Amino acid sequence: MVCLTGGLLLYGTADLPDWGDPNAPASLHLSNYYIENAIRDTEVPNLVTAVLADYRSIDTMLETAVVFCAGLACFLLLRDFTPKKDHHYRHVPTGVILHVKNPDRQVIVGNEFEDMDKEWLPPDTIIKTVCRMLIPFIQIYALYVVAHGDFSPGGGFQGGVILGSSFILLAISYNLKYLLKRVSEKFLGILSAAGVLVYMGIGLAAMVLGGNFLDYEKYAPIFGEHHIRALGMLGVEIGVGMSVTAVMVIIYINIVSEGKHDEGL
Amino acid sequence: MYWSINLVILIFVIVCALGAIYVKDLLATAILFGAYSFMMCLLWAIMGAVDVAFTEASVGAGVSTVFFVAAVFRTSRRTKD
Repeated sequence: MVCLTGGLLLYGTADLPDWGDPNAPASLHLSNYYIENAIRDTEVPNLVTAVLADYRSIDTMLETAVVFCAGLACFLLLRDFTPKKDHHYRHVPTGVILHVKNPDRQVIVGNEFEDMDKEWLPPDTIIKTVCRMLIPFIQIYALYVVAHGDFSPGGGFQGGVILGSSFILLAISYNLKYLLKRVSEKFLGILSAAGVLVYMGIGLAAMVLGGNFLDYEKYAPIFGEHHIRALGMLGVEIGVGMSVTAVMVIIYINIVSEGKHDEGL
Repeated sequence: MYWSINLVILIFVIVCALGAIYVKDLLATAILFGAYSFMMCLLWAIMGAVDVAFTEASVGAGVSTVFFVAAVFRTSRRTKD
């Protein structure tokens, strides 16, 4: 069966045009139009961004919605709200560990105790220091990738992934609770939805101002004529970046802790 | 010169793909997938599709490897088959 399907696919690829063939159907009129007119239409040097965020921006908007749905599905499938039975508490000044089994009621812990994992290990100083120094640079680079999507390769999706992976690096080098203390689950959920809403809001506001959906030209009275489409694309890319960042972190924390959000890598 | 670099990377892609199928250790499979994505990223970059290469490097080689490792961490490291 596999051989048959693979054979059919290989047979099909024989009919595909060669790489860079000027007579291929895609490069007869469509690509030429984009290559010749994109700079004049949009004033954006990066063609890929011009096609993705301007000519085909509804497509990109629904891709963002798909990413949001992936995060939502991961949350719904894996999140586990049942409280765990065993608790380990570490007395921070002395390092003594208390193991509490099946508590009848909620154990009240003071500031000196820290709820910890069963497989807890003291974080390695070298790893912690290196990651602490590296993470700000990764985040700045991610923001650069988002902001420069219309001039150089990159854009909201790649920048969002890099920003999300910097948070994941924080969770790996310290622990999951350390991350969740700084970035709460609620905030991530709101951020992932807000990214899609920013995108749709930019589109709908253009309709309110009298244009088509996602027609950035209509913002010209507010922001000025100069590079208005690039500005609209930047807004859209920020929306994509917010959504992708939040979804990456949501997927990671749900997979690595089996939805319990207490312990993990 | 140009085609020989292409050929070497393509061979690496195929070796990584076959390795990911035949290796029993799932953690090694996750790492091989990362290597596979990185080789594909080089191929995209050679073809001039820099945006796709960027996406492949950040998503394929970066985040999805982390997701695979996280999933292996929570399940078992050996396959049954």
